[in-house]
Amino acid sequence: MSDTHAQTARFVRESMLPEREPPLAEVGAVKWVRENLFSGWLNILLTVVSAVVIGWILLHIVPWFWNSVWKAGSLSQCREIRDEAFGPGASSACFAVITDRWHQLVFGFYPQTLYWRPVTALIVFLIAASPVLFPRLPRQALWFSAISPFIMFWLLWGGSVWAPLSVLLGIVLAYVAFRIASRFVSPVLAMLAGVAVAVLCWGLLAGPLTTDMSRILPIRLRAVGSDDFGGFMLSFIIGVSAIILSLPLGILLALGRQSDLFFINKVSVAFIELIRGVPLIVWLFTASLLLNYFLPPGTNFDLMLRVIIMVTLFSAAYIAEVVRGGLAALPKGQYEGADSLGLDYWQSMRLIILPQALKISIPGIVNTFIGLFKDTTLVVFIGLLDPIGLSNAIRASTDWNGVYFELFVFIGLMFFICCFSMSRYSIALEKKLQREHR
Amino acid sequence: MASTVDASSRQGFKLSQLIYDTRYRSLTIQAIAMALLVLFLSWLVSNTVQNLSDLGKDFDFGFLGQRAGYDINQTLIPYTSGSSHARAAIVGILNTLLVAFLGCILATIVGVIAGVLRLSKNWLVARLMTVYVEGFRNVPLLLWIIAIFAMMTEATPQPRDFREGGTASMWLWDSVAVSNRGVYIPAPVWGPGSTALIIVFVLSIAAIIGFRRYAFRRQEATGVLLPILPVSLALFFLPSILAYFVLGGPVSLAYPELGGFNFQGGLHMRNSLIALWLALSLYTGAFIAEIVRGGILSVAKGQSEAAFALGLRPSRTMNLVILPQAMRVIIPPLISQYLNLTKNSSLAIAVGYMDARSTLGGITINQTGRELEGMLLLGLFYLVLSLIISGAMNVFNARMKLKER
Repeated sequence: MSDTHAQTARFVRESMLPEREPPLAEVGAVKWVRENLFSGWLNILLTVVSAVVIGWILLHIVPWFWNSVWKAGSLSQCREIRDEAFGPGASSACFAVITDRWHQLVFGFYPQTLYWRPVTALIVFLIAASPVLFPRLPRQALWFSAISPFIMFWLLWGGSVWAPLSVLLGIVLAYVAFRIASRFVSPVLAMLAGVAVAVLCWGLLAGPLTTDMSRILPIRLRAVGSDDFGGFMLSFIIGVSAIILSLPLGILLALGRQSDLFFINKVSVAFIELIRGVPLIVWLFTASLLLNYFLPPGTNFDLMLRVIIMVTLFSAAYIAEVVRGGLAALPKGQYEGADSLGLDYWQSMRLIILPQALKISIPGIVNTFIGLFKDTTLVVFIGLLDPIGLSNAIRASTDWNGVYFELFVFIGLMFFICCFSMSRYSIALEKKLQREHR
Repeated sequence: MASTVDASSRQGFKLSQLIYDTRYRSLTIQAIAMALLVLFLSWLVSNTVQNLSDLGKDFDFGFLGQRAGYDINQTLIPYTSGSSHARAAIVGILNTLLVAFLGCILATIVGVIAGVLRLSKNWLVARLMTVYVEGFRNVPLLLWIIAIFAMMTEATPQPRDFREGGTASMWLWDSVAVSNRGVYIPAPVWGPGSTALIIVFVLSIAAIIGFRRYAFRRQEATGVLLPILPVSLALFFLPSILAYFVLGGPVSLAYPELGGFNFQGGLHMRNSLIALWLALSLYTGAFIAEIVRGGILSVAKGQSEAAFALGLRPSRTMNLVILPQAMRVIIPPLISQYLNLTKNSSLAIAVGYMDARSTLGGITINQTGRELEGMLLLGLFYLVLSLIISGAMNVFNARMKLKER
């Protein structure tokens, strides 16, 4: 070949050229910058505009943070320190308000000497949540998760240890009754028997048991009323309880909405649409203003409990819609396959349908949880002291009158950390559970 | 034969069949559920009746006709403190609808831009938009509302700073003033002949729609493309501008001016409205950005490659291939975001914006003591609004659904 070319071509290279360095514009950072920031006129324009925006924001925020004052007793002191250090009128954040009042922002008006209790409750919560969130941990730890709500309740509200224990006893007895009854009668009847035992236990046994045992073995913590709860502790308690309670309720509602039973279907639809059609604020006002009308005369129960119930019902309706989407997205063959295996309704739901449907709905469910956690701030309007309510209270004191953005930044950051980690966890879970399209 | 079967099945019916026979079990369950629900509801109603009679109250909507006796700082229809509670409620409802409408428009604009830019190849812009979306999605809306309100009231100049030699100045050639008492913008003044101008404008819009339909039909029939955009633009601007000069400039702008201690003239947008509007739009915009991004990503890459292979220009690929498919994914969640925005506008309470909750569900309840009736009406308003919107969404979904089989 080369011989023929030697005759026809005017020039043939005889030796290889040594490899040369690529042009400067095509390697490393320069190439990256050219490709990602300056590849065309539109791209250049976008880069310039966003650089201007970022610069403008940084210009306002960086000095504010950089000059921040962390140790002062009041806003005027803050200003004095700033005037001395950076000159009068300099932009300077007064984060001293956080260091001065952080215990209020976190614990509300919980007694200062008892702060170890919510902290321990948080640790209990984290330990209890970890086997649920991370399946690699030993499964036996789930037993601790199951009893942890009672421990946390006792730690937070205090009082006699026998009150939560007698509630726990009712549940244990109900489960035992269910297991025994299910040997003889159908599961539906066995479930009813379990519920009946639990109600009987709570109605008849719990009261005397608590008083008697408290007399015999008085293990008690100082009782703290819900009025003293506040700050992130309050948001956290409302958010976590509503999240835990609303998931099963939402799944039941979704099943009800998909059900063939006419009455159950219509009731579920009405409930879901009613709850979703009205803003949470209106429901919260209903809980605080109107609930006393609907209950027997003379009953008056804890505002915080009412809020937890309302928020639970509210997010359950949203979760029901998300789960319904998951149920509808499953191919019909899955339902038919479960039927052809001879499974009854609950078995097919538990073993075949729900695991797949819930997997599809994870992002939506977690988004609902994030929304729920953010919505716990709305309780400020019915007089509970969540972080935003406390920021108003702090601003109302003469020391810190006029502090706005420092508090907002702190509160926003706390919420951001919680919500962002929830959404990251859901993305990780989604990836892990993904079976097809790997 | 048939009679014997009937007889035997009638004889053979045992009570246990109500539980064990799947034919009857569903009826049993429903009957029990219905009985429980009826019991529960009647318990609620009887409690309510008992409680109301204990308090000496009755269930009556007559309070709606009574004199309201309170002022509302932003009214879209004529209202004085002498008007009735019903009128106050309507003022509040209109205020809710106003902020929801403005919010939906701005949120869509912000959301679409942010969603598209987040997909941009430009690293800086994509990161900036990610920060925006995550920042707004993971922080409570209430915090944004009060933070923006605080910014509007604390970080903006006072009206007196706008005086000669003051530190502040108005924007856009002295037409917009941003002060701590609100934003003042020029207000249109409708002079004589402005009706004719509006009629001309409406007619030109109708002409644009008609022309687009005609052009589309023509293209379907003959394949000839008409210049839609230039003609539409011409139809939009030319007749109205011509009519404006022919009629002798019937519409003029009244600029806000500093008089006394505050601005006079122009349109006053209160801080409460601005803060609520901006916060709702930016917050919902972050969610819409994610929806738009998801919608665009949901269109398979092969679709745009096939369009390019057919020789379509990028703009046509976007308009004819990508967007119609993406819209099917985008629109339903988009509308539910609009619904969320409307419901979230009840957070107006945080900044004192007089929406339906503040008038009907707030001051009216406090003044008349009619919690039950007031909350019922308020809930009904939101419920009807969201049912209308979700009904519209269902109609749209049915029309846009892929026609399979």
